[in-house]
Formats: sequence, C-alpha cells, structure tokens
Amino acid sequence: MKRSKMMEFGVGLFMLAGILGLVFLGLRVSGLGSGVGGDTFTLNANFANIGGLKVRSKVTVSGVEVGQVTGIELDPKWYDARVTMAIDSKLEGQLPRDSTAAILTAGLLGEQYVGLSLGGAPDTLKDGDTIRDTQQALVLEELIQQFVSNMVKN
Amino acid sequence: MSHEHARRRGASRRQPVRQIMALGRGTLDMIDALGRAGLFLMLSCLGIPSREGIRLWLRQMHFVGVMSLAIVLVSGLFIGMVLALQGYTILVDFGAEDALGQMVALSLLRELAPVVSALLFAGRAGSALTAEIGLMKATEQLTSMEMIGVDPLRRVIAPRLWAGFVSLPLLTIGFSVVGIWGGYLVGVEWLGVFEGSYWSNMQGSVGFVADIGNGLIKSLVFAMVVTWIAVFQGYDLIPTSEGISRATTRTVVYSSLAILGLDFVLTAMMFGEIG
Repeated sequence: MKRSKMMEFGVGLFMLAGILGLVFLGLRVSGLGSGVGGDTFTLNANFANIGGLKVRSKVTVSGVEVGQVTGIELDPKWYDARVTMAIDSKLEGQLPRDSTAAILTAGLLGEQYVGLSLGGAPDTLKDGDTIRDTQQALVLEELIQQFVSNMVKN
Repeated sequence: MSHEHARRRGASRRQPVRQIMALGRGTLDMIDALGRAGLFLMLSCLGIPSREGIRLWLRQMHFVGVMSLAIVLVSGLFIGMVLALQGYTILVDFGAEDALGQMVALSLLRELAPVVSALLFAGRAGSALTAEIGLMKATEQLTSMEMIGVDPLRRVIAPRLWAGFVSLPLLTIGFSVVGIWGGYLVGVEWLGVFEGSYWSNMQGSVGFVADIGNGLIKSLVFAMVVTWIAVFQGYDLIPTSEGISRATTRTVVYSSLAILGLDFVLTAMMFGEIG
C-alpha cells in the first residue's frame, strides 16, 4: 500500500512536471505572454516599404519595447503598407502628434522593428490615430543599386 | 549413379518455383501480421477503463514514464549543451552569435527532442515491454488469464499502450526544456552570449503552434508507433528464450526505423512545402 502511494505520487509529479514544462515552453521559449501585457491602444502608420517587418515584431521608443505590430495590410487607397501597432496604454496621450515612425534593423542582418521618435508638438496621439511622418525600411539591394548607379555616373 | 543425377536435376528445376512460393508466403505472412497487429491495437485501446484499469495504467506510467525520465533528461541536457557549443563556433564567424537561442530552440523543438526522446524511449522502455510481455507469454501467464476469464488485452496490454502514449510526449517536453537550459548554460554562462538576445531571439522566432505544437504532434505519433510495435512484438513472439531475444531486437530495430522514416514524412508535411 505504501509503495503504491509512492508510485502514485511519482506519476503525479511526472505529469505535473510535463505540464509545467509546456508552460515554460509557451511563456519563455515561444514568448506567448511576453511583450506588453495588459491594456494597449492602437496606432497606425503607413510605410512605402516595410521590408521584412512581420506581425508580432516589436515597437520601440528609444530602444525600449513599448508594443508590437498587430497587423500589416496593403492600403488600397495609396498602395502602401498600413501597419497597425498595439502600444502600451501608459503612453496614451503622451506621444506628441508629430512623432515619427521608422522601420529599423537590429544588427546588420537582424530582425526588423518599428522605432518611434518623439516630436515636440503639444497635441498628442490617441487611440486609432495615424502617424504621418514615416521612414521606410532600408532594403539592402536598393542601396547597393543606388551605389552602383552612382559609381557608373561618375 | 545416373538415378541420383536425375533427382538432383529435378530439384534444381524446381528451385525458381520454390523461391516464388517463398516470396508469396512472406508477403502473406506480412499482411497477416499487419492485420493481427491492427486488430490487436483496436481491441486493446477501445473500451472504457475500469477503476482497476486506471490503477494498472498508473503502475505502467511509473515504469514507462517516470523511470525513463533520468536518461531522457540527461541526454537532453548534453544535446542542448553540444548544440550551443557547435552552433556558437559557426555563428560567431558571421557575427551572428545572438541567434544562438533561436538555433538551439528550433532544432530541439522541431527535430531533436521528438526524435531522440523516441529513440531513447524505444531502447529503454520499448525493449523492456517486449521482454516482459514475451516472458508472460512464455510462462503461459497470458493463457491462464484467459482461462480464468480475464482478458489479457484489457488487463496487460491496454495499460501499457496508454502509458506509452501519454508518457513519451511528456518526456519530449522535458527533453526540450532541459536542452534549452543546457544551451543557455553553455551559450550564455560559459561562452558569453548576451542573455537578453538569447531569450528574445528565441521568443521572436519560435511559434507556439507552429513549432511546439508540431513537435508534440510528432512525439505523439512516435509514442503510438513505438509502444504499438513493442507491445505487439511481445504479444506475438514465439514463446522460447530465443524468440524473446529476437522479438526484443526487432522492437528496437523496427521502432528506430519507423521513427526516422515517419520523422521525414511528418517534417515534409509540417515544415516542407509539400502538402
């Protein structure tokens, strides 16, 4: 009887360890609950070219993560990319209206993310607003092409 | 003398016929065994478990799952550490050692954890299951159970099958967790990769359903195949000491081949462009 109780306890621990492991994989490895938890507000920005930006890419202010990209779609009116971002609600009413958004790359070949630079206007961005002043992603091929064509001209 | 000669010539003329017969017999035997194995799986797994059945299942969970934990976790730790070490020496040439976490996590979750756990499981638990059931058959315990009106499929086989199905995915999760931690130990603590980039690159690239979920589906398929092969080989063997040893070997060989072959098929379906 005692032995069987021990065994049951062992199996219970085993199952529990498996479930905890899955939770660890979910939270820590795949980053399910990571990023900005809790309340967010939505900002939009139109970019001429998003490069390698993906949904769930991070949004930063001064390098600090403040939100993530929740949607990317083609804007049928201007034929440019409309990026929807969920930003930490603590920043709602704090970002000046003339803030700019740029698509930056982490390292030379790293992942791409949106960097917000703050402006100085007294008005602030609210939920659902669109950032007007944006800078498209740096595409390496275009850069090389420009460089080569400049060389040919000289 | 001439009589002897004629007899020998006749035998050599019958040789091709005999070979074709052997091929036919082999094919029929194989189809027969497949049918028996399928029927066997269905009869053992269907049906509502009784209270006693759950107790027997717990016992097998202990033997098949908990007792395999040590070997699986230790292997996972070493494989994670080796992955980090090998990956680092290559990635550092490109200045991309920040992607170490991503590399370790993806290779473990998608490939190594399901496959290596299943191979270890076949060697550690599968062979033991075959030998145990085989000895039960050789000592006529299974027949005696039938005589006193206990169905050996329900009492002996079903708990072992279900224990295998449940425990291998759990072991695979353990393997991944320990492997990623081993990669962290070598990469971050020893080789000096920045801790933040180890985890954030990992979180940026690992998808819960796409990577962790698919890895678990793989390991569930392997669990079914390995346990099925092990238990059926035990149940179906020739009840002699030689038969038991052959069946045990067959379990490990067939399971390993099935794992590696199915792994390719599953990978092609999940991550390849096919299908």
